[in-house]
Amino acid sequence: MATFHVVQEGPVNALALNRDNTQVAIGGRNVFKVYTIEEDKFREVCNLRASKHLNLSFSCNDVSWSWTDDHYLATAATNGHVCVWNLTKMGKAMQEQDYQEHKRTVNKVNFHASEPNRLISGSQDGTMRYFDIRAKNAVAIFYSNTESVRDVQFSPHNPYTFAAVSENGSVQLWDVRRPDRYQQQFAAHSGPIFACDWHPESTWLATASRDKTIKVWDLTSKLTLEYTIHTIASIGHIKWRPQRRYHIASCALVVDCSINIWDVRRPYIPFAAFNEHKDIPSGVAWKEDPHTFLSSGRDCTLYQHSFNFASRPASKANPQGVSLNNKGEVLYAHKVNVNNAIVKAAVGIIRKTSTTQSPDQFHLASSLMHQFTESPRGEQSESEIFLGLANNYVLSGRSLSEMCEHNSAVAKQYGKDQVAVVWKIIKTMYGEEYLQNSTSTNREDVVSHNNLPLNNIMGGIEHTNENDQRSRGGDTPVAQFSDETENEDQVDHIAIYSNGFPTYLNFRTGLPKGDFSFGENEIDMEFDTMITDFQSGYRNYVTPQQDFVLPNEAFHLRHEIRNRTPPPDKFPNSNFPVMNDDSQTIPLEEQPQTLLTVSCLPKMPLYDSSSIVLDALKHHAILGDVQTAACVLIVLGDQRKTLNELDESTQEHWLLGYIELLSRYQLWNIATQIIKLSWIPSVEQLNQQSTRFNTNCSKCSKALQRIGWLCDRCHSSQYALCSVCHQVVKGLYAWCQGCSHGGHLAHMRQWFAINKMCPTGCRHLCEYK
Amino acid sequence: MLDKCNKSYLCSGLSLFLFSLRPDFSLLFQTNNLFVDAFLQSNRLDHVSQVMGYHTSYLDHFLKTQNFILRGDGPLPFHYRHYIAIMAAGRHQCGYLINLQKQEFLLLGGEHSWLKGLSSIPPKLKNLYDINKILAHRPWQLNTSHIEKLTKGKDSWSLAEVIHAIVILTHFHSLCSFVFACGVNQEVDQAGGYKYYMPGEPIQARSSNTNQTNPKDIPTVDITEDWKNSSHVGPPSPTEPEVGINTIMQRMKTLSEQNEECTPIELAKRFENIETQSAELGLVGGERLETPADISCFIEDEKFGYQDFAKREEQMDFPTFRVQDYSWNDHGYSLVNRLYNDVGNLLDDKFKTAQNLTYYTMGGRTDVDTSRFRRAIWNYIQCLLGIRHDDYDYGEINHLLERSLKTFIKSACCYPERVTKKDYDRVLREFKHSEKVHVNLMVLEARMQAELLYALRTVNRYMTN
Repeated sequence: MATFHVVQEGPVNALALNRDNTQVAIGGRNVFKVYTIEEDKFREVCNLRASKHLNLSFSCNDVSWSWTDDHYLATAATNGHVCVWNLTKMGKAMQEQDYQEHKRTVNKVNFHASEPNRLISGSQDGTMRYFDIRAKNAVAIFYSNTESVRDVQFSPHNPYTFAAVSENGSVQLWDVRRPDRYQQQFAAHSGPIFACDWHPESTWLATASRDKTIKVWDLTSKLTLEYTIHTIASIGHIKWRPQRRYHIASCALVVDCSINIWDVRRPYIPFAAFNEHKDIPSGVAWKEDPHTFLSSGRDCTLYQHSFNFASRPASKANPQGVSLNNKGEVLYAHKVNVNNAIVKAAVGIIRKTSTTQSPDQFHLASSLMHQFTESPRGEQSESEIFLGLANNYVLSGRSLSEMCEHNSAVAKQYGKDQVAVVWKIIKTMYGEEYLQNSTSTNREDVVSHNNLPLNNIMGGIEHTNENDQRSRGGDTPVAQFSDETENEDQVDHIAIYSNGFPTYLNFRTGLPKGDFSFGENEIDMEFDTMITDFQSGYRNYVTPQQDFVLPNEAFHLRHEIRNRTPPPDKFPNSNFPVMNDDSQTIPLEEQPQTLLTVSCLPKMPLYDSSSIVLDALKHHAILGDVQTAACVLIVLGDQRKTLNELDESTQEHWLLGYIELLSRYQLWNIATQIIKLSWIPSVEQLNQQSTRFNTNCSKCSKALQRIGWLCDRCHSSQYALCSVCHQVVKGLYAWCQGCSHGGHLAHMRQWFAINKMCPTGCRHLCEYK
Repeated sequence: MLDKCNKSYLCSGLSLFLFSLRPDFSLLFQTNNLFVDAFLQSNRLDHVSQVMGYHTSYLDHFLKTQNFILRGDGPLPFHYRHYIAIMAAGRHQCGYLINLQKQEFLLLGGEHSWLKGLSSIPPKLKNLYDINKILAHRPWQLNTSHIEKLTKGKDSWSLAEVIHAIVILTHFHSLCSFVFACGVNQEVDQAGGYKYYMPGEPIQARSSNTNQTNPKDIPTVDITEDWKNSSHVGPPSPTEPEVGINTIMQRMKTLSEQNEECTPIELAKRFENIETQSAELGLVGGERLETPADISCFIEDEKFGYQDFAKREEQMDFPTFRVQDYSWNDHGYSLVNRLYNDVGNLLDDKFKTAQNLTYYTMGGRTDVDTSRFRRAIWNYIQCLLGIRHDDYDYGEINHLLERSLKTFIKSACCYPERVTKKDYDRVLREFKHSEKVHVNLMVLEARMQAELLYALRTVNRYMTN
């Protein structure tokens, strides 16, 4: 099958195939001919404009060929006439009927598919007329009550139903037996609708409009919009492709000279395009065979196209995309060669589902997504960042906004941009100056904050350039980059992906509807593979990270914490009596409070930001960054009471989690500071819990609970004797950790001022400093 | 602010034709709001808007469009837009619009020197002049080579800029028609716009008094005096009979009843008849005397003017434009919207409103279906510019539009600068002023659409070739 064409005297407005697809009629202002379609050319059979009496009735807007009788043609004329032509007759007699009933241009004429002799017309005057070609006048008139009817089409499923679309953007469904009122009407587009077409098999109706969309409506009991295709120009004609459930051909009205075949499930790029026409195409007719169709154009040509010569825009499309975010991170997606495994799997599916026809496989596309983040301090491991942040955060002793400002700067310094922003927001929402002053200052400050991320973006761009240069030099840039990314700030990555991916997933579930993989001759794996790729990519990308992140972060630890939470509750019962004995520890209880009363209790802000702050904190905690959650809570001081919804157990959870982490990193001082600053009794008591250290009796190893110098079991204090003066030591007992001998502190000091060995004579070289 | 404006036109007179409108010119609430908007947009409530205030629904679309093409998003720099408007108004020597646009041009930082005339503007702008000239008078002569000349070579225009310029040009060409056909007066702050009257002096008397006060060299005054003088003549001579509204209504009725089918050949003949008849119509007014210097500096090739489409020399080169082959709805809109975002919607709404505007009145009669009369006017205007609607029987035009009305419409459309008060008074005598303004609006819109169709078809051809 080849592509061939024939040139006409003037622009062609419409074409129609006969029942057997052996002949084609074309009509235009200066053209009205019938051709026979041969193997590789068109042969002119009849020129209906050969008559001497040419007039406007010959200038057709539309042509239709009877489905039942091959001799009848109908045309819609620009001057409002509807003419019926009998091809068996000659000369003037050919024009069997000339209905002059429409007041304005007739836009569309269509023969009924099963009812012989019946045809319908739609006109600019807003009416549709139903003719019996044996009668002189219209059998029925349908008033659409709209400006003008642009297209009328009989339903292939119900012989009485037809659809009419009009310039005011509405679709009407009529019953030919009921001319008084339409059955159904709905607004389909925001501009004039130029064409409609019933799906040959399912209950779909496609409409095409000046608003540059093609919409596919499901007209079963409940009207639903199934698909929307976005085109680059207004669409003048559409036609479903036979035997291809999801394919539809479209012709633009201006600008776009190609005929596009769309897969309705992929609405942004045509499945195939035919670029033979030099001016806009004006009509498409399929030859009952999905691989050949005819088209007419304003460039005075009639073409037969073969699918073999279609261009596939999707294969030329550039599937690369780059995007920047406000933190200076760069996201980019690029095409990859389709994974063989996927192709094989897909072919398997095709075998299962397709029964006939060679599958027209919509080209496979898949892409990989990479993300680059700024790494100001080179490659830093997560633990270094944690250490740095823990060491540099200021959690008390200054005003809330100062602390926030400081902490934000620290976070930024360590590349934790999100955390830095959180601090800034906390400052804006809870800082003293904002609470006291009116909202106007608030606004100013927000603006000034906004400047910071901007600078950051600039920085990010420069950084990208660096990356770029490196990538040119490097052998495997992608690998290099992904290495780099893995080492950076993973928490942020997860945040971004978890935000970003749901949209892709929605996208996917929104698209393929119906029996996507069954009863379909062709399979477009386009989307499927792309999405599975995305998904698997997502998993691949995330899973190793989780493996990597988890040990570092608090997930494992949290379980331990949970197990550990009960003990603090017991403390009051078991330890308080003992504590009462210890007079030293009492001040500790009050210290935190004096430290925490940072400022006077400000009024509640009018805007209740607590839920947002809470969400932010929970978000970080869930990502494993309890550091942020805990520190913000601490810095908030009394303000945290406004976070009503945050229950105490969660707060405790976070604090304990952070403390646990700190002790893992051996940051005892900071852990202690956190404990001191905490406001939850069970946490606060962590410090008080280990203040007492019981020595054991050297003889029976019983803990000396009551007093350090008398064993309750042995009733002797012989092991509490000073090894110098041999008296019972009742105060501080200093002993060597090497040989466990000792005595009065003063005696020990005296002894070791002169001697090096243990005073007991065990010959141990004790160290005393 | 509005009060002030109202006061100002009390003194200056909105329009020379519409003396009678002033006293019963009560502002509707909606109109009032539009006036406020217009004032805020352009820092003045110009007389054009006030005259259009008769037709609120239209004024709304008009102001939106004008504001968008001059001040909205678009490819052309702002001062360019106003200069293009000056160039467009220059083709009809419309001093009123030129002066308004000059001010806007300067306000937007346009260079003073440009206002010295076409000789001192950048070549890029000057290249546009050919299109301006052709579109204003003989739009059918526009061809792809004109567009090509603009878009290629040095100082070239992008297609989007060309479309923007075309929209501005056609807008101001047709606005000239409206300004002259309604006899819109100079603004108060323009030369000749303000006159001092003693209180209590009757208006008619004032107008004759002003003859001496106006310096001769101010262009606009020439017209004004024309008007003033003609107003002395009083009602037009009874020797020119005019069919009354009753007759028109009767004819519309018979037209809709009769279902006489005439052969398409007959129809084609009728279209040609209308064309040739219109070519025979005498012109109103005489040839303008020389154009004053401050306007003529914006004009080049002043002799180039409208030529009757029927009398065009190269019949074969310029065939009749068939609306069915290139219509605004299908093609024009899509193209203009593609190259100059959103303007298509605005123009679409404006055309639709102008085409469908009706109050079902004619003169004092109510519940009249005016669609035939309106369609006759609309199609007659486009017929003058060689545009044919296949599905229209042009015989109706001769039934419904009288020779004098046709003369008036033709003058307003093709030689607006020659329209005088006599012409205005002579036609549609039984109609109200608001209805006459309505007719002028249709002249504006039908002309603009015709020019746009020619221009866009040419651009379309340029793009596809």
